[in-house]
Amino acid sequence: MSGVHIAPPEQQPASFAFTAENLELAKQHIAKYPAGRQQSAVMPLLDIAQRQHDNWVPQAAIRYIAEMLGMATIRVLEVASFYTMYNLAPVGKHFVQVCTTTPCWLAGSDKVLSACKKHLGINPGETTPDGQFTVIEVECLGACVNAPMLQYGDDFYEDLTEESTGKVLEALKRGERPKPGPQSGRLSSEPLGGATTLTTFNPAGNAGGGDD
Amino acid sequence: MLQDKDRIFTNLYGQQSWRLEAARKRGDWDNTKALLDKGQDWIIEEMKKSGLRGRGGAGFPTGLKWSFMPKQSDGRPSYLVVNADEGEPGTCKDRDMMRHDPHKLVEGCLVAGFAMRAVAAYIYIRGEFYREAENLQGAIDEAYAAGLIGKNACGSGYDFDVFVHRGAGAYICGEETALIESLEGKKGQPRLKPPFPANMGVWGCPTTVNNVESIAVAPTILRRGGEWFAGIGRPNNTGTKVFCISGHVNKPCNVEEEMGIPLKELIEKHAGGVRGGWDNLLAIIPGGSSVPLLPKTICDDVLMDFDSLRAQRSGLGTAAVIVMDKSTDVVRAIARLSKFYKHESCGQCTPCREGTGWMWRVMERLVQGRAEKREIDMLLEVTTQVEGHTICALGDAAAWPIQGLIRHFRGEIERRIDAYHTGAPVLPAAAE
Repeated sequence: MSGVHIAPPEQQPASFAFTAENLELAKQHIAKYPAGRQQSAVMPLLDIAQRQHDNWVPQAAIRYIAEMLGMATIRVLEVASFYTMYNLAPVGKHFVQVCTTTPCWLAGSDKVLSACKKHLGINPGETTPDGQFTVIEVECLGACVNAPMLQYGDDFYEDLTEESTGKVLEALKRGERPKPGPQSGRLSSEPLGGATTLTTFNPAGNAGGGDD
Repeated sequence: MLQDKDRIFTNLYGQQSWRLEAARKRGDWDNTKALLDKGQDWIIEEMKKSGLRGRGGAGFPTGLKWSFMPKQSDGRPSYLVVNADEGEPGTCKDRDMMRHDPHKLVEGCLVAGFAMRAVAAYIYIRGEFYREAENLQGAIDEAYAAGLIGKNACGSGYDFDVFVHRGAGAYICGEETALIESLEGKKGQPRLKPPFPANMGVWGCPTTVNNVESIAVAPTILRRGGEWFAGIGRPNNTGTKVFCISGHVNKPCNVEEEMGIPLKELIEKHAGGVRGGWDNLLAIIPGGSSVPLLPKTICDDVLMDFDSLRAQRSGLGTAAVIVMDKSTDVVRAIARLSKFYKHESCGQCTPCREGTGWMWRVMERLVQGRAEKREIDMLLEVTTQVEGHTICALGDAAAWPIQGLIRHFRGEIERRIDAYHTGAPVLPAAAE
């Protein structure tokens, strides 16, 4: 894994601790694994730390988690630096991840990137001067039949064009949260314009609009 | 063509609710106790009869895999681990199963876990699938509350837990032993085999790792019988399969179809055809990024199953069909995959760690034609030195797309080199 960037000492907070609520959540995760196997919870705990700390994991959190799980600090740092979803340095408030692997590239991910450049003024790997937006290129996010797509926070924005990417970004700039999922009008991964299957079998009798 | 009555994933698109009540109406959790009452041997025998081959890419017979688990415990518990780390470029089927039909997977965990005498299932889902993990956890919570899993699951007397473990962005964790390492809280670096997971898997205990689709189809197979499933498709390539069709088609989609459906029919019937018509087709990667691409002449009549695609020196893989029309810069399309494998190499084995970067750099020069023709054979030679010389199959997966490109598009690579050396324009129009 390449390109790990750890924030310099002057950006690192001196200490870190879970909030009471997150401590409870951490305990629930630890309880999922057999007794003595609490190390298995290192990934969920790093995720909780990142969510608590402006979307990046400081070194103090790595030491804190190591102590909580009875691990050597370096073992936690190894995990935190191996997996790409852990940010070890500050990122923009709005974290935009654009998939550019072949299926998305074939479907026009270059245009998603150019929309980012046009509307945010930054290239992949950069953060806007006001610290509001970071854009990065990522590898396949697993929504290839809804390509091209980007991930914002925990949501996927799919079936993008240069124009719809711009709309999503402008809405985010205004502090809105545009509706995730396909921006083309389809429900999910069915062929645009209507499914070619599952048209005659409808046991639950409520076609058109699953919840959530 | 498969009829709707023989489709397993009846809520693939999320047209209905994913919750327990709706799932029950679709037939999930329908007297699961009766399935368990027939016993472990019956379940494994039915699965063998169905001919189901693992849906994660390798195609190993699922029933046989389950039978490797110890029938008598030596004191260690056994575990089922579900591989939901879907990350093979082109593949997005498990995602739909988990966000729209999660109860099929949870019920599958129970029957599979019971058959292999496991105490619990851990579903390892890729970290980016946050919303999918939410639905899956929601389904698990509903199943616990209804007594379907947990103590005395479905009133069977069998205790069985199901947990979700989220990954954090590493393709390599889709490799089963890397996944096990990751589940233990370590870097996802594959283990040498043997020992195989069925003897020594997660936490040193007997473990079976199965793909989401392999587990999620199990309850339906058991209800309708192994022979029903075996009657779909062709011998040794049976059943239904969820295909993911992406790239240059008019209507990219996921669709559940019969194994062995002709590739052309699959694309024309469900994906609205190739952009600009079938004759505008250049090449197709038929089974996810790891398998060699096929030129149009082979796509014209190849069947979509394990044996047919292997006969064409490609593979069914995850059944992710990536379509490229004639506007595609095919060398760049494959070079981008080389970059992917370089990025995802875990760095453990030297041939892969160094080879993926080396191959990618040469591929980038081939895109521009900035090379000598003898380097094509040198590249081919290096792919064979990476392939088969690493602990896991990521090295192979990095080698195969390049081998496929050279096999079928050597002329295009040479044309670019000639053009570069004579100062003529090298690149065709960019794909979009």
